[in-house]
This record gives sequence, C-alpha cells and structure tokens, in this order.
Amino acid sequence: MVEYDISSKAFSEAPPRASEWKRFRRVFFERRLVMFGLIVLLILGLTAIFADWLAPYNPYKQDLNHILLQPSKTHLLGTDAIGRDTLSRLIYGSRTALTVGFSAMAISASIGVTLGIIAGYFGGIINIIIMRLIDVLMPFPMIVLALLISALLGGGIQNVILALGVATIPGYTRVTCGMALSIRESDYILAERSLGSGRLRIMARHVLPNAFPPIIVIVTLQLGFLILAEASLSFLGIGIEPPGAAWGAMVNEGYRHLLKNPVLSFAPGAAIMLVVFAFNMVGDGLRDALDPRLRGTL
Amino acid sequence: MTTYIARRLLQTLFVLIMVTLVIFFAMRLLPGDPLIIYVGQSQQFASMSEEGLEKLRHQFGLDKPVLVQYVSWVFGIVKGNFGDSIFYNQPVGRLLLERYPVTIHLGLLAFALSTVLGILGGLLAAIRRGKWADRIVTPLTYVGITVPVFWLGILMIYTLGLKLNWLPIVGYTSPFDDFWMSTKQVIMPVICLMIGALAGTARQTRSSMLEVIRQDYIRTAWSKGLKERVIVMRHALKNGLIPVITVLGLHLGFIFGGSVIVETVFSIPGIGYLMVSSIFAQDYAVVQSCTLIFAVMVVFANLVVDISYSWLDPRIKYG
Repeated sequence: MVEYDISSKAFSEAPPRASEWKRFRRVFFERRLVMFGLIVLLILGLTAIFADWLAPYNPYKQDLNHILLQPSKTHLLGTDAIGRDTLSRLIYGSRTALTVGFSAMAISASIGVTLGIIAGYFGGIINIIIMRLIDVLMPFPMIVLALLISALLGGGIQNVILALGVATIPGYTRVTCGMALSIRESDYILAERSLGSGRLRIMARHVLPNAFPPIIVIVTLQLGFLILAEASLSFLGIGIEPPGAAWGAMVNEGYRHLLKNPVLSFAPGAAIMLVVFAFNMVGDGLRDALDPRLRGTL
Repeated sequence: MTTYIARRLLQTLFVLIMVTLVIFFAMRLLPGDPLIIYVGQSQQFASMSEEGLEKLRHQFGLDKPVLVQYVSWVFGIVKGNFGDSIFYNQPVGRLLLERYPVTIHLGLLAFALSTVLGILGGLLAAIRRGKWADRIVTPLTYVGITVPVFWLGILMIYTLGLKLNWLPIVGYTSPFDDFWMSTKQVIMPVICLMIGALAGTARQTRSSMLEVIRQDYIRTAWSKGLKERVIVMRHALKNGLIPVITVLGLHLGFIFGGSVIVETVFSIPGIGYLMVSSIFAQDYAVVQSCTLIFAVMVVFANLVVDISYSWLDPRIKYG
C-alpha cells in the first residue's frame, strides 16, 4: 500500500522561513511514534552491523539433536526443524532485509528521480513519452511484477533486488516530474538560465536539490514497503537461497511446524511488522515536518 | 462527459496494447531458446537434433519475425487461446477459466467489504476526532497497512483454526456447491486480502473528511440548525468521498496482488496460487497468462474508477 500525499505544488510555492529547522525539529522529534520508529530503526541498523557479535549461535549450524525446541534459556526463541537457533537467524535476517531494501531503493530512486527531472524540466513531448512509459508499469501489482521478473531471471537475491527496484520506479518519477515542472517556472531558474548555465547543470544543481524534500519522504516510506515485499517474496520461496536467513522464508518454514513450535513463525513475522511500522512512522513524521502546507497547523 | 469516456476508452486500449507488449517481450528475456516457453525445460533441447528443434520452432511460429509472433499471440488471446501448460498438460485458457472465478469471488468480496467498512471507520474517526472511536480506528489503520498478510493469515490459522477450531484452515468451496462451508472458508482469506485496502480507505476517508468538515458550507449547514446526521450524510460525505474513490482503483490492484500470497497461504486454487506454483514448475505459458490477467483486471478497475469519478464530481472538466 503506497500512497503519497505529497502535493508537488505546495512544496515549491511556499515561502522559506528562517525558523524552518526549528519547526522541523518540533514536528519531527517531539512525536512519540516517530521517536519509537527512529529507535527501532537504530536498533535494526546496529543489529545488522554487529550480527556476528550479537547472534548467540551460528545461524547456519544444524543440530539434529535439538530440533523444534521451545523457547528456553539456552535458545531464547527456540530452534527450527533442523536445529538452528531462531534468534540467531532472526538477527542475520535483518541483514537480508536491509540489503534488499536499500539496494532496491537505490535502483528505483536513481532511475525514477532522473527520469522524473528530465520529464519535468524538458516538458512537452519528452514529458509525455517518459510518463507514458512509466504508466505501463502501473497496471502490474508490485508483487506480480516482481514475481514475473524473478520467474524470468531466476530467484536469486540480486534478481529480487532488481525486480523490486524496477517495480517501484513510477512513484519517484511521478512526484519528481511534478516538482520539476513547477520548479522550472521559478525565478531562480530563469536567473540561472540568463547566466548561461547549461541544462544539465541547472537540473543537477538547482532542480534536484529543490525537489529533495518529497523524495526523501518517498524513500523512507518506500523502504518499509520494499522490506515487506521482500518478505512476501521470500515467503513464497523466491529470493535468498538456503541456508541464508530471510524473515519471510522463516515465517514459511515455521508454518510447516505451526503446532509444534509456533514461535518459529510468529517471531520473524513480528520483526517484519515492527520494521515496516517504524519506517512508516518516520516517513509520516518527515512528511508532516517537511510539508510547507502544514506551517501554522503543525 | 461522453467525449471523456470515449477518450478514456481509447487510452485504456493503448495501455492494454502496451501491457501485452511488455509481457510479450519480457518473456523473450528468458535465457536460452524462446522454445522453453512452449515446451519443457532447456535441458531437453540439448539432446534434440537441430532438425527436431527447427520443426518445433516452426510449429510454434518462432521462425517468423518477432512482431508477427507478437500479433499472432495477441490475436490468440483475444480468441481465448493462451497456449498450453506443460505442467498441467492442458490449454492455459481452461486452467484460467477454472480458477478465475475463485480469485474474483475472494477479490470482489474483499474489495466490497474493505470499501464499506473503511469508509464507515474513517467517517467515524473523522467526526469523532480524538474521541474513543478515533483512538481505536486510527492506530488500527497503521497496523492494517504494515502487517505482513501471510503472517496475519498464519496467526489466524493458528488461533481461529487450530486452537479454537472455529474455522476450516485451508481450501476453497464454491458458494454454489455449499454456501455455508464456502462462507466459513473464505472468512480468513478475505480478512487477509482486505486488511491493507481497508486501512488505506479508512485513512483516506478520515483525512479527507477532516478537510471537508472545516469548510464554510459545513459551518453554514450547522448554523441552519441541521442535524449532525444530515450534515454528515448529505453535505460532507459527498465531497469527502471524492478523494477516496481515486484510491479505490489502487486498492483493487493491491487486493489482486495480495491474492498471490493469500491464496498460497490458504491453498486456494485461484489465479495467484496458479501463478506461484507455475513459477516453480517453470511453466512459462501459465506465468505469462496469469500476469496478463492481473494487469488487465487492474486496467479495467481503474477505468471504472475514473469514469465513476467524473460522474460523481461534475466540477472537474475534461477538455
């Protein structure tokens, strides 16, 4: 579910204010849910970086004498069907989630924003061509498109990244195009043009930075949905190859042993939800803090 | 209005053509000989003679120019010929015809419920802003948007199915065969399918209603001494629902996308399950057709949404 409530017009038309940073700080950091989200993301990042130290066991080591154990002091979240420690796999799974999320985001943001700026800045026929091409991606439900691409290229993790990256391009292009369309009409662009700056320079040095606030909001919200989509794909069995750890795949493994050891399925699912929720909260907070229309109300 | 509809229809035709082009050429990205779309795995070709391969290529029209192949593929589909499934050993068209009603049944049920409940919930949260109704609905919308549906499904299977034994955990029965059984079986899948759309609709309704009830004409209605029910239902809702309708098309796409996952969790023989299992069977003709079906459903959903939008909001002029 991706909804961008970002009006490109509002972002560029509102006058700048000296106390903008103050307002940002007040709106963003004083919200409890935003702080909660930030803390969750911080913990997630640290977990992914220090997984080697944090994990109590080797996440790939099988121990057939201790399979499907209930949570206990030695195995805090129990073990799976071939005796691997669930908590350790959960910790290593954060790496998969973040790797896929950030790599796919890098692909879609770089391509989407570039196309959007070109379409918006040049306008006219170029705009129509680019936006029509982007429209072609719209009818495909994201997960279906990702499935198709993974089916064609094979299920490896790189292909999942590529599939999700391509599937999420339209959101960036649409918003950036709208921003660029209104930015190019502003006086500072006119001034820059009369100074003799080239198109490339104007687009890179002036249009892009001014289109930045809504882009950063989409990036944050999108990261959550990318992680959710990656989990869905790995739940379906597409993505990381065994024995690698991915949260979606862990939910699926646990599903087969639901009666014997429900934690196996419940824990990774809760992790997915927590992370997606955190990205959403931070994204919503950023949106409200950066939206000039809300000046005065927030 | 008529010109708008005509133009929108033309645009839909264009999008449909683009969709078929994308799918057709995406299938050509498959590594190796395009023959694998039509017959078995690539390993089988290695043992075949060049002559045999040529014969097969001729049989499936692969020796013709690509554009000719595309056109004959599209015309085949229009006539209901989707090719043959190598896994099920029968025409893909027949498979789709069998499974399509299942996905539509669940999808439309989820869509209708999520729309009605979402609008009601959002409305309640907006007109009782900050009160208990809002405090329950608004956090729930966050949960609905972020919960992984496959996990929600498993949670429900564990609690409602395995522990409490209230509902059957997997499978699908047509409502025409056994209505009661069918209804019990679709409860959990439909909840999973609609949760995201429900939350999205509720959020959109809440925020647009909040915007509407601040406006002058609503204050006028209050000062005329109208009852709250009349103001909300007759005055506010009309304008408040317009932004909601725009996201409904998006939600229908989201629901159909979700059917891929939900049908897998609950072992429901619909298009989504068919697509996932065909990917693992490398049954490319089926994968191709399922993708097409999903995209076409979304295209038509958006067409209906856009047309009803222009009908409901006469302020918008379409030049």
